[in-house]
Amino acid sequence: MYMAAAGGGLRLDLDFFDYVILILYFATVLGVGFAARRSIKTSADFFLSGRSMPAWVTGLAFISANLGALEILGMAANGAQYGVLTVHYYWVGAVPAMVFLGIVMMPFYYGSKVHSVPEFLRRRFNRPTHLFNAVSFAVAQVLIAGVNLFALALILEALLGWPLWLAIVVGASIVLIYIGVGGLSSAIYNEVLQFFVIVAGLLPITIVGLVRVGGIDGLFDKVRSSSLGDAALHAWSNTGSSSDNPLGANWFGIIFGLGFVLSFGYWTTNFAEVQRALSAKDMNAARRTPIIGAFPKLFIPLITVIPGLIAVVTISGLGAPSGDLTYNNAIPLLMRELLPNGVLGVAVTGLLASFMAGMAANVSGFNTVFTYDIWQPYIRRNRSDGYYLRIGRYATIAGVVIGIGTAFIASGYNNIQNYIQALFSLFNAPLFATFIVGMFWKRMSAWAGFWSLVLGFLASLSLYLLYLGDVVHFNSDLEESFWGAGAAFVVAVVVAFAVTFFTPPKPENELQGLVYGMAGNNTSGAVILSSEKVWWRNPIVLGGLAVALAIVFYIPIW
Amino acid sequence: MTSDRYEDAEGTKRAARLFDVRRVIGGLFVVYGVIVTLLGIFDSPAEINKAAGVRINLWMGLGMLVVGLLMLLWMWLSPAEAPSKAEPDEERAE
Repeated sequence: MYMAAAGGGLRLDLDFFDYVILILYFATVLGVGFAARRSIKTSADFFLSGRSMPAWVTGLAFISANLGALEILGMAANGAQYGVLTVHYYWVGAVPAMVFLGIVMMPFYYGSKVHSVPEFLRRRFNRPTHLFNAVSFAVAQVLIAGVNLFALALILEALLGWPLWLAIVVGASIVLIYIGVGGLSSAIYNEVLQFFVIVAGLLPITIVGLVRVGGIDGLFDKVRSSSLGDAALHAWSNTGSSSDNPLGANWFGIIFGLGFVLSFGYWTTNFAEVQRALSAKDMNAARRTPIIGAFPKLFIPLITVIPGLIAVVTISGLGAPSGDLTYNNAIPLLMRELLPNGVLGVAVTGLLASFMAGMAANVSGFNTVFTYDIWQPYIRRNRSDGYYLRIGRYATIAGVVIGIGTAFIASGYNNIQNYIQALFSLFNAPLFATFIVGMFWKRMSAWAGFWSLVLGFLASLSLYLLYLGDVVHFNSDLEESFWGAGAAFVVAVVVAFAVTFFTPPKPENELQGLVYGMAGNNTSGAVILSSEKVWWRNPIVLGGLAVALAIVFYIPIW
Repeated sequence: MTSDRYEDAEGTKRAARLFDVRRVIGGLFVVYGVIVTLLGIFDSPAEINKAAGVRINLWMGLGMLVVGLLMLLWMWLSPAEAPSKAEPDEERAE
């Protein structure tokens, strides 16, 4: 049953046609970049695609921006390590938050005509809040882009035998060219293309893998008798205590930590995601963007979690702490074992496409925030639009170059996804708390925004450092990130209320369109609830459908 | 549908639609579909055996070909509208 995976490393035997498929893809991506360049006349075209995209395009770009290779390899690794409990990352940890973003928060974002998440904070609170968020976002994006790039280089070295430096240069230059030249339009169009290529590349692994292990039933039988055991085949029934299931988290941690704080923090305030919706052509398209993205998200476990489980039962020795047989290599190992030349080329292309998708999302979010939220308001004000367009292009180059430099931070971690989770819990959880209180409580003062953000961030940072220093103990990195995010959220909310009582509120005329109930046009309850008569264009109906599907999908694996 | 169509005076307004992403996806998938299908037709027994007996190249090739053609068909049936501010809510692309 077990395949001989121990020898020979991860090297794939690509032939001429595989390389043709790969090169055709690179050529197409660059072609899209140069074609998009012709449409860029202003900085708004470069950073926001001129607010012109249809909803299905922004929706697929929204999901693709999240479908970086770290996500794919990391979720397959989690699938191998934690079993079907990994679906929580999708059905609890993503879909509800995406629907919430579309239904409740997008009217504020899109309706206020801000061009970035930090800008929303500047208008709702004050400049210190804005600067703190803009800088922390910019730093996080560059870090994560670096992580992506380093992982890309490691994979290219392992799979194709390219030296690290060559892989870094090729990967970084392609992303640099298509974003630096074509801006957000190019990033978004390529993300839509990447979505299809990623799915086409990974689907054969699931199909061939399932045939090999005797279908879903055969797979579950084999997992049951593997070291993972039966507990790895139930999403909820063993979550009464965090020590009874492979994930190391109980139902409360899953729902509150992952499903609420981490996921709402990530999906609703991460500008690299929200930016895709802001480029939509009208309010309804913007609101449907994350909801349309939620539907593919429901099914992505098929090409991540299932291959992870297949790898556990077919590759002997998977789960080694280092070397070729780490959990992160589950998908590359299966590619080598199962795919003939042809689909193998598509799979390699899909994997590279997903690296670029992830990195491009970070870089295009970074260059916008750097230019609009750091350079323009704080460093060089009142220059021409062309000047800022040029700064945006320089920022793209700088972001990629710094990303290369920071890449090595990621190298110390076995499961890179957990490292990313830790980063997100530091930045995003307090941000979400600040947002949600500020959007629905007009009394919340400007300085309350600043302090809730800063102290929330410090709360999760201290918990993280205490955990790293072995002062506080958790069952897993993952459990730490749940609790860190939870602590950040609670601290941020408490501080928001406390500081508000000692500081003056913002004048109401400055809150128009930014707070619930202020300036009726975009943010009144009636507009949020009804906006579109045709049901398949109605965000509420579509969003409800997505959440209902997520619940239904849990039934067979309860 | 050609890019020339938008390069008139108004063209810069909604310039991001200069080209249709469906053409890019459709085009690439048709080419991939043809290559992989042909490989699938001539797959050796060893390659089919590697894929647990599934003619995966053939099926994925045909699958990608169909997806690509559907994209092109969709584009042909409902071309992206010319830039216009009159009907901001219309979405012919859907």
